[in-house]
Amino acid sequence: MKKTEKGMAASQGRFQKKSEWRVILKRFCRNRLAVFGIIVFTIIVLLVIFADFYMDYDADALTMHIELQYASPSPEHIFGADRLGRDYFARVIYGGRVSLSIGLLTVSLALLIGGSIGAVAAYFGGALDNILMRIMDIFLAIPSTLMALAIIATMGSSSVGTLVMALGVVQTPRMARIVRSAVFGVKDADYIEAARACGTKNARIILRHIIPNAMGPILVQATQTMSRVILIIAGLSFIGLGIAEPTPEWGSMLSVVKTQMRYYPHLAIAPGVVMGLTVLSITLIGDGLRDAMDPRLRN
Amino acid sequence: MVRYIFKRILMMIPVVLGISFIIFFTMNLTPGDAAISLAGDSATPETIEAIREELGLNGPLVVRYMRYLWNVLHGNFGNSYNNGQPVVTEIMARFPYTFRLAVFSTLFACLLGIPIGIISAVKQYSVLDTSMVGLALVLTSLPGFFIGLLLILVFSVYLGLLPMIGMSTLAEHIMPCMAAGTGTFASMVRMTRSTMLEVIRQDYVRTARAKGVPERKVIFKHSLKNALLPVVTAIGLQLGMAMGGSIAIEQLFSIPGLGQLTVTAIRQKDIPVAMACIMMTAIMISLANLIVDILYYFIDPRLKAQFAKRKKAAT
Repeated sequence: MKKTEKGMAASQGRFQKKSEWRVILKRFCRNRLAVFGIIVFTIIVLLVIFADFYMDYDADALTMHIELQYASPSPEHIFGADRLGRDYFARVIYGGRVSLSIGLLTVSLALLIGGSIGAVAAYFGGALDNILMRIMDIFLAIPSTLMALAIIATMGSSSVGTLVMALGVVQTPRMARIVRSAVFGVKDADYIEAARACGTKNARIILRHIIPNAMGPILVQATQTMSRVILIIAGLSFIGLGIAEPTPEWGSMLSVVKTQMRYYPHLAIAPGVVMGLTVLSITLIGDGLRDAMDPRLRN
Repeated sequence: MVRYIFKRILMMIPVVLGISFIIFFTMNLTPGDAAISLAGDSATPETIEAIREELGLNGPLVVRYMRYLWNVLHGNFGNSYNNGQPVVTEIMARFPYTFRLAVFSTLFACLLGIPIGIISAVKQYSVLDTSMVGLALVLTSLPGFFIGLLLILVFSVYLGLLPMIGMSTLAEHIMPCMAAGTGTFASMVRMTRSTMLEVIRQDYVRTARAKGVPERKVIFKHSLKNALLPVVTAIGLQLGMAMGGSIAIEQLFSIPGLGQLTVTAIRQKDIPVAMACIMMTAIMISLANLIVDILYYFIDPRLKAQFAKRKKAAT
């Protein structure tokens, strides 16, 4: 008897979830800007992931070819070459690999820490909620770049690990807030009550019932965090405290071109435009998701 | 009103304390000892101990935090490890640049962004609206320093109209403030437009129109006043962010502001200077938020009424 009930509930749950996501997907696809965003983002991600298949990281992006110094854009070198004769297209693409992977790691870290804090705060409520959220508020009052700088200053070097740590910590409070409010939205729903009445354990309720149902706003926040983080990494590298030469990174590439811009403006424009397109596409996807999940918000 | 402001100031204290606590502890987790690196390789343990004493690096972290806080309250941020000068003088010399950059860039963003947002909302789906929304979307995706590079390329390199570096004369202010302000400008346009659209659809606006109130009055008196509330909050936040967020712009235009000082201090591991810079910025941000809260009191009649009522109830 118990088994069949469980099975029925499970199949019903699956059915409902599927149809809801299908509706969201349908709405998302009708949003032209969002579709544009996802196409651009997919192209960039494919170019970045499969870079090794059509380029050689060491030979193209790192090794000096003095005969190619400041080469103009040509079919072989779409974006030309920089002051050391390195293929600029290769550096822009591999720069994207650095930014996107740091961005993804940061978002995961922030989701993991911030998500747990937010979920626990909302689920248990009361004094615990108050304490956790006030601590998060204080962290939120420090601008992200400054906090990241403080952590980088402490850790000494700015490697990928340091950056992910610093940015992850910085993005945690915002994530905690969003997860908290998302969980608050569903935690008093009848099905949670039902699960509790069945004697389901707290951890299981949070993981199996609350998180999947609160996923919408969290996903939107994750895309926003991603685009913000990409811009912060570029900013940190631009001021020389992020990813340093010779590793290609959009911000550090832009920091050296000021004096060369007069004669080789494409050296400034290429990384900037690719970075802009990446951030723009992620933002469009996030906006599209938000509108698809809650059409009332759209105007 | 005094009560309201007083309450806001009281609420600011724990936040500032919390920030100072977090920053102090983060920055003192540094692996390695500043005294050892300052004393050099050939120093005796006694010298190191003396330096440690002099820098106030001895004692448990909590005691050091209390001592630091006490000194800061007396306007003493310590001395730079690098040149032994008091940190305060250095910061005071740099601060005006950062302050000017933040204020002027936010001003530029608001003066341009809010009217555009209003027009966009009133003429929704017009050519102007779609192009401005598109522009705002693109601008939010680009970092300020890239915009700055493009501005330099166009106005200094190609047209030769504006100076490339510095921020002393009026002409030198134009590009840094535009570059630092574009992000704020974009968010102002988006925000004003969306709150305005929300308000325009409210029943009281429809009522006003039905009563035959002239359109201009409907927009400026009935809608704008209500739509501006969240925008004012955003301005405060953006002003705060601008205090700490334009380091890259300072670097790009060689402006000797706090941001440049922060970066140099971090590079040279000059902890007192770095800490003071970050603390100073955090305090400025809290102050910006305080000002917004106080402004709120004047523009939101509900808040005024709430506090007036309490007063009446008390007497």
